[in-house]
Amino acid sequence: MTTEWPLWEVFIRGQHGLNHRHVGSLHAPDAKMAIHNARDVYTRRNEGVSIWVVRSSDVVASAPSDKGPLFDPANSKVYRHPTFFDVPDEVGHM
Amino acid sequence: MYAQMVKTDAARVKSLDEMEPVERAFQERIDAGQKIEPKEWMPEGYRKTLIRQISQHAHSEIVGQLPEGNWITRAPTLERKAILLAKVQDEAGHGLYLYCAAETLGISRDEMYGQLHSGKAKYSSIFNYPTLSWADIGAVGWLVDGAAIMNQVPLQRCSYGPYARAMVRICKEESFHQRQGFDILTVLCKGSPEQKAMAQDALNRWWWPSLMMFGPSDDASVHSAQSMAWNIKQDSNDELRQKFVDQTVPQAKFLGLTVPDPELKWNDEKGGHDFGEPDWTEFFEVIAGNGPCNRERLEARRKAWDDGAWFRDGLTAHAEKHAARKTPAAAV
Ligand SMILES: [Fe+2]
Ligand SMILES: [Fe+2]
Ligand SMILES: [Fe+2]
Repeated sequence: MTTEWPLWEVFIRGQHGLNHRHVGSLHAPDAKMAIHNARDVYTRRNEGVSIWVVRSSDVVASAPSDKGPLFDPANSKVYRHPTFFDVPDEVGHM
Repeated sequence: MYAQMVKTDAARVKSLDEMEPVERAFQERIDAGQKIEPKEWMPEGYRKTLIRQISQHAHSEIVGQLPEGNWITRAPTLERKAILLAKVQDEAGHGLYLYCAAETLGISRDEMYGQLHSGKAKYSSIFNYPTLSWADIGAVGWLVDGAAIMNQVPLQRCSYGPYARAMVRICKEESFHQRQGFDILTVLCKGSPEQKAMAQDALNRWWWPSLMMFGPSDDASVHSAQSMAWNIKQDSNDELRQKFVDQTVPQAKFLGLTVPDPELKWNDEKGGHDFGEPDWTEFFEVIAGNGPCNRERLEARRKAWDDGAWFRDGLTAHAEKHAARKTPAAAV
């Protein structure tokens, strides 16, 4: 037999209450083993307090060729940043 | 290095003007220090070279566990045993980070294992030398991990995103490796005359193979020039070797050990050491498969893979059975 174990993407929440962050991937036969392996591969030094694993084949990603059409609309909307507006010095902190 | 003499398929390095627009855009992004990510367009040569380099690097981490694993059951104290176990486990982790990075380029894990086990893929020459005494474990951490750090640190800035990120994780763990090795030697060098002699003997045997890790001079190599243009190699082999010697010689002095090179001396003018030439005939013999432990290493890898087959298959069968039980049987 010998088929390759499926690939899983690993996400870890660090100590400081941040979002889960993608740290890498690994092979495992099922979700339970993927979590076990992720602990050994990615948290040998207490790097996390919680692990998510997702089958790589279940991840839907934007295509690199869409980069322009997908993100361009944000470029022209500079007023979304607070620095767009001048606040007179007299007004103080805002 | 952990990846030695990686070929690029390039006959010479193209100038921007000779490139098709898409390749030119790619090269300009690299020149601007941008990262290339998995699904983006890349020249076939870049992809193939990276697969060679990253998989060779991964194989080195994995095979590199063998010479050190040799001493886990014979470490002199329980603490030393626990430390060595943690170090060797880290190396397994390094191999796994790197295999994953290589897989993003379109090669499967099993394909890479196949290349290692058939002898088609190389791993670093250094792991074909035997670890004969406990002092060798000190020398390996100090010199071999020390040499690896020299080129892994700049690789954190390399152009391929998944490789660069794997290198960041690896570098965080490497200095523990080097320090535990140096610590082993520090203790031996402060011990009995016999212990000190053991440390000196280890340095005598590991010094030259460590210098060979950087590979022969590549100043005139097209492959090296192409890899540098792609920013998957940052320093020449000679530059790294010089850096390594300059960093290591004072540490040997601190230990009270003699570097086994009669030509070694400080050169004020260049602000670095002059040193002798490693025996490159020996290096090429080791690369060709005729080093002291090549056969033993590959046999150990193959045996581990073959002996583990029933276990891998068992877990797969278990996972399939569970998945089938969870999904309500589809209407037949
Ligand atoms: Fe390593
Ligand atoms: Fe290593
Ligand atoms: Fe290491």
